[in-house]
Amino acid sequence: MKLELRNITKRFGTLVANDNISLTLEPGEIHSLLGENGAGKSTLMNVLYGLLQPDAGEILIDDKPVKFSGPGDAMASGIGMVHQHFMLIPVFTVAENVVLGNEPTSKLGRLDLGAARKLVKEISDRFGFDIDPDALIRDLPVGSQQRVEIIKALARDAKALVLDEPTAVLTPQETDELMEIMRGLAKSGTSIIFITHKLREVQQVADRITVIRQGKVVASPSPKASASELASLMVGRDVDLEAKHKPAKIGKASLVIKDLTVLDDRNHQMVNGVSFEVHDGEVLAIAGVQGNGQTELAEAILGIRKVHSGSILVSGNDVTKSTVRQVLESGLGYIPEDRKKDGLVSEFTIAENLMLDGSFTPPFAKGIQIDFAKRNEIAKDLIQRFDIRTQSAETLAKQLSGGNQQKVVVARELGRELKVLVASQPTRGVDVGSVEFIHEQMIAARDSGKAVLIISTELDEVLALADRIAVMYRGKIVGIVDAKTSREKLGKMMAGIAA
Amino acid sequence: MSKKVKALPAADSQANSVLREIMAGDPVRIGLSILLGFIIGGIFMIVFSEDVVDSWSNFGADPNYAFSAVWWSIQDGYGALFYGSIYNFNADDFISGIRPLTETLRFAAPLIMAGLGVALTFRVGLFNIGATGQIMVGLAGATFVSTRLELPQILHMLVAVLAAVLAAAVWGIIVGILKARFGAHEVIVTIMMNYVATALFTFFLREPAFLLEANGGGTPKSDKPADTARLGALLGESFNLHYGLIIAALSVVAYWWLMERSTFGFRFRMVGHNPTAAKAAGIKVENTFIWALAISAGFSGLAAANQGLSISGGLTTSIEAGIGFDAITVALLGGSRAGGVVLAGLLFGAFKAGASSMQVAGVSPEVLGVVKALIVLFIAAPPIIRAIYRLPKPGPKMIEAMQKAEKVSK
Amino acid sequence: MSKVEVTPGLFSQAEVKPSLKATIAMALISLVVLFSFGIFGKAGDVRFVWSEKREVIQLPDLTVNSMLFCTVIASLLIALTLLSVVFNRMKKLTPIWLTCLFGFFAIMALLAWLATGAAQGVQMIFILSNTIVLAIPLILGGMAGIMSERVGVVNIAIEGQLLTGAFVSSVVGTMTGNLYVGMVAAMVAAALVSMVLASLAIKYLVEQIIVGVLLNVLVIGITNFLHSAWVDKDRVNLNFPGTFEKIPIPLLSDIPIVGQTLFDNRITVYLMFLIVPTLWFILFRTKLGLRARAVGEHPLAADTVGINVARTRFWWVTLGGMVAGLGGAALTIGNVGSFGREMSAGQGFIALAVVILGRWQPIYVTLGALLFGFTIILRVWANQVSPGIPVDFITMVPYLVTLIAVAGFAGKVRPPAASGQPYVKG
Repeated sequence: MKLELRNITKRFGTLVANDNISLTLEPGEIHSLLGENGAGKSTLMNVLYGLLQPDAGEILIDDKPVKFSGPGDAMASGIGMVHQHFMLIPVFTVAENVVLGNEPTSKLGRLDLGAARKLVKEISDRFGFDIDPDALIRDLPVGSQQRVEIIKALARDAKALVLDEPTAVLTPQETDELMEIMRGLAKSGTSIIFITHKLREVQQVADRITVIRQGKVVASPSPKASASELASLMVGRDVDLEAKHKPAKIGKASLVIKDLTVLDDRNHQMVNGVSFEVHDGEVLAIAGVQGNGQTELAEAILGIRKVHSGSILVSGNDVTKSTVRQVLESGLGYIPEDRKKDGLVSEFTIAENLMLDGSFTPPFAKGIQIDFAKRNEIAKDLIQRFDIRTQSAETLAKQLSGGNQQKVVVARELGRELKVLVASQPTRGVDVGSVEFIHEQMIAARDSGKAVLIISTELDEVLALADRIAVMYRGKIVGIVDAKTSREKLGKMMAGIAA
Repeated sequence: MSKKVKALPAADSQANSVLREIMAGDPVRIGLSILLGFIIGGIFMIVFSEDVVDSWSNFGADPNYAFSAVWWSIQDGYGALFYGSIYNFNADDFISGIRPLTETLRFAAPLIMAGLGVALTFRVGLFNIGATGQIMVGLAGATFVSTRLELPQILHMLVAVLAAVLAAAVWGIIVGILKARFGAHEVIVTIMMNYVATALFTFFLREPAFLLEANGGGTPKSDKPADTARLGALLGESFNLHYGLIIAALSVVAYWWLMERSTFGFRFRMVGHNPTAAKAAGIKVENTFIWALAISAGFSGLAAANQGLSISGGLTTSIEAGIGFDAITVALLGGSRAGGVVLAGLLFGAFKAGASSMQVAGVSPEVLGVVKALIVLFIAAPPIIRAIYRLPKPGPKMIEAMQKAEKVSK
Repeated sequence: MSKVEVTPGLFSQAEVKPSLKATIAMALISLVVLFSFGIFGKAGDVRFVWSEKREVIQLPDLTVNSMLFCTVIASLLIALTLLSVVFNRMKKLTPIWLTCLFGFFAIMALLAWLATGAAQGVQMIFILSNTIVLAIPLILGGMAGIMSERVGVVNIAIEGQLLTGAFVSSVVGTMTGNLYVGMVAAMVAAALVSMVLASLAIKYLVEQIIVGVLLNVLVIGITNFLHSAWVDKDRVNLNFPGTFEKIPIPLLSDIPIVGQTLFDNRITVYLMFLIVPTLWFILFRTKLGLRARAVGEHPLAADTVGINVARTRFWWVTLGGMVAGLGGAALTIGNVGSFGREMSAGQGFIALAVVILGRWQPIYVTLGALLFGFTIILRVWANQVSPGIPVDFITMVPYLVTLIAVAGFAGKVRPPAASGQPYVKG
């Protein structure tokens, strides 16, 4: 099947998510759609899949224009989609998920699960997936869930398959397996649109590449293009985030993690015997692919997640079993990876958000009353010092841009007396200008003698900030290395190969 | 995959925005809601007025009469409501003329107190329908003190009020613990606790060892509260209004201070808006739920004291008078804010006060139940009111304007 | 370079012990039965009456010593408790059948203890048939609850739908002189209430719990008004429908115990027999049900496979309203014979509790509703056989059971994942 998107434009209010985008997918080819987070890739695919209606432009299949008013139409035309967040129902079985919306029935509208099982088995065997049709989705590992998604699409006779950031949640090994699967599918005649922002993967499988930036197609480089070539096309400037800063003046170890083991909500052991120290005046960055236990590690340090075993010391005090409030009051600042969920109350004003974790003690509290005069004074000061662009301290947090919201979080945490700063993904979803500002603040914190722990999945960010780099893989620290370590070597470590 | 599958972040924030719209409660929309509620209530009165039906069945004979009958049915109904709840122009003197207003205040007081309780939990993000049960146990506490203990004047009353508050708070804490420690949904828990409380109170009223009146018969009924424990008349004996109004006024101030000025209120609101962020800010969300439910129940306990200590005879479960359930509508109409709850309580108090004079005027006061439900429904469901009055939809435009403002400031 | 050993962590589960809460509750109840009803129970005999005089086949009464009977039951209960411990040791949850059996035995002991020495004995037919009749509104209300919560809409308005059904069936039944017309009208009217809820919740994204509560207030207001301003002024012509005839099913109704309780009933009861298994079948065995559950678990996923989330939700909630309307009709023309002010008296809320108690499964929900129906009749009956017993505590039992259940003492209760969450298309 030949698929063509012609001059697609999609706006959300004033934001133009897709600006006149065209691309073609030939039968049996893997077409890589490369772009940064927020470049408009997912919007484009939602248009293709009928989840969104384009404001202009058209979709052609085998040179005939088609119109999709919903995913049902897209599927009927042979387009299958594997979403970034799986569209699987955790309490249903594999077979039920695969046939949902397209159910084989026998008499009385009775669901024919036998036929569904056979279908799953057949496809699963054809591509060597090894999936049990009767397993509940929630019991399957992420990689297998993704295969169920692929089976789901194939069961609907998908001729063109869209894979939206399929490797974001996979381990390197699973990623390699997925690449194999993609090649197998392409060989059997299925066309694939492969959306990603990871260069290595593009180089590995793509037959054709389209780079999108800020909603526009910026280039269609050859699949043989080098990584740095692709990267600069994607980011739009020569990637050089290496910050120039003074050498670290290392002091005593203020954050000490010893043999830490942490479980996730489903009792999976996500952090597995991790030990490291962060010294005053240095930045230790934890690198690694998302989902290798970094989130749980950060949550355990703050105390919002229970420590299974091991210990955490903040400037000599054991805070392993402390409450979050005790940890914060022991001099630890925390920038969460998801500011909207954990860092801000979007219905609160900036002034209120700046006192979020300070409501128990002066200067914000005067006895059991809020000291409004002090609060406003501090808010004014922090807004100025941290360059938060707003009309007033009474603006609601949700009305700010992502960058300014993050600055509110950073201002709050760095605005009080700290010994240790733990920052998770400190610049995720933040505009370039704010990234630089926030990085400067992190370095300033280091230079003023604080112990700074940065957890980031962006290797560039890690390299820009770190004095030492610890790489995390499957819940363990693969190794702690010097900041001058080559990207290549770090990449290997992120795939679990020790130095 | 995570255990809780969220529909979509967009869906979440949009649902929140609806809730916010209710909470924000802009005056125009509230005014229109109230107007529309009264209009529809009026239609009910017209359609079921015997005069109107008679006159319209003889429309040909006297069309003028038919139309005036429509007008009179409304005037009878809402006129009686006004005379019964605000000022009676037919009264002989000012004292009896102003009496209806004092009755409105008397009926409004417990609605306001219980309404504040429900409002508090709304702002912590809990949907508490448990005021009924909390009032029941509060009544049990107050009545035990007022009928079974002998204490000096005033002190007796204070102890009785305290007993009501504590008993109700215990009831709230149980809900809090079931919610916080066991993850039970507060809606279902509070509904069940209401029934348990009602049964428990009935049991106390049945038992001579607890509350059953001396020389009591088979019906569950208590003695009348001791004079020393009663809430005295506020404006002299010619009015029914009692010191409960003062307690209500103090509650309003306390609520305002708690929610807007104190650090507790700040944390309550934080948990209500974003519990995960609150957790990361060092707040024990579970404990906050328990505290909020305890304090909320305490307000309901005040409403219970108001009911149990103002009655001149013995009391039965009917003394609760639907206040616990009305409190939900009061809190919703009042946007969960102190001032709003006062106004909403006054409106519904007026409905209660005016009921008897509507009855006398031959209009079923039950129509006010319809009006009340409609008003709050319109307020809680802004799309209805917008559709009916063709109001512009807040949303993209406002947000755009805000974004512009932000850009300008850069 | 060496490959780091793959830790078992990511894809293996740390051991979780199944909770002992249910077992502990069972142990406590067993001890209460053993000591309060058995060893230190009431001296005297208890007579179990299995048949009513009018029946063709008469079973002999069973008279036993109360303390002995309860002690025997208590030992059975203890045995079941031990079995539950065994399940726990095997890291399995206590199965539902065990809980049900346990409940049945415990109830027999309670009945025996209450009726010790009473002349009329334990009238099984009276108790069982009343249990069913009284449970009908709860069961049907519960089915309505399942139908809307399974698609992700919380329906607090069941109370209002029951009341609507009760009012409309009575008035329309009287006015037309045809109870079947009244019944259909009740279902239509209650479905309209559901439609208001559905459109506000689904299309306008208004907080579902709030709309539900307010619809209840509205229906109470309207029925109270119509009752006082209209219906009550001419009761004979507006609110005097009587009840459906009982239809004994030939042969089946002659079976001892079962016949009188199950097969000599009104149409409302038979409809319930039909609706519960049908709903179960549709939900768990057909594509309609699979889609409905998908919508309630993960609406976005359902949308991406071409299921219309809004439409699915709307129709399930609306049909649920019809079922609740039938439940309301069962209150008037299926039992009492006329409409009374606020006669649903919170049964819609109890239906909600029963839905949770029964874990959103039609069959279990029905069992839960029967428990509530049983306590209603038990209160009446206990007062007759054993005057002076604190009936208020009997009243409390089902509510306490519900509280215990929602607090997780009877295993983890997991509602449909998207229940109460509006769905907005991206």
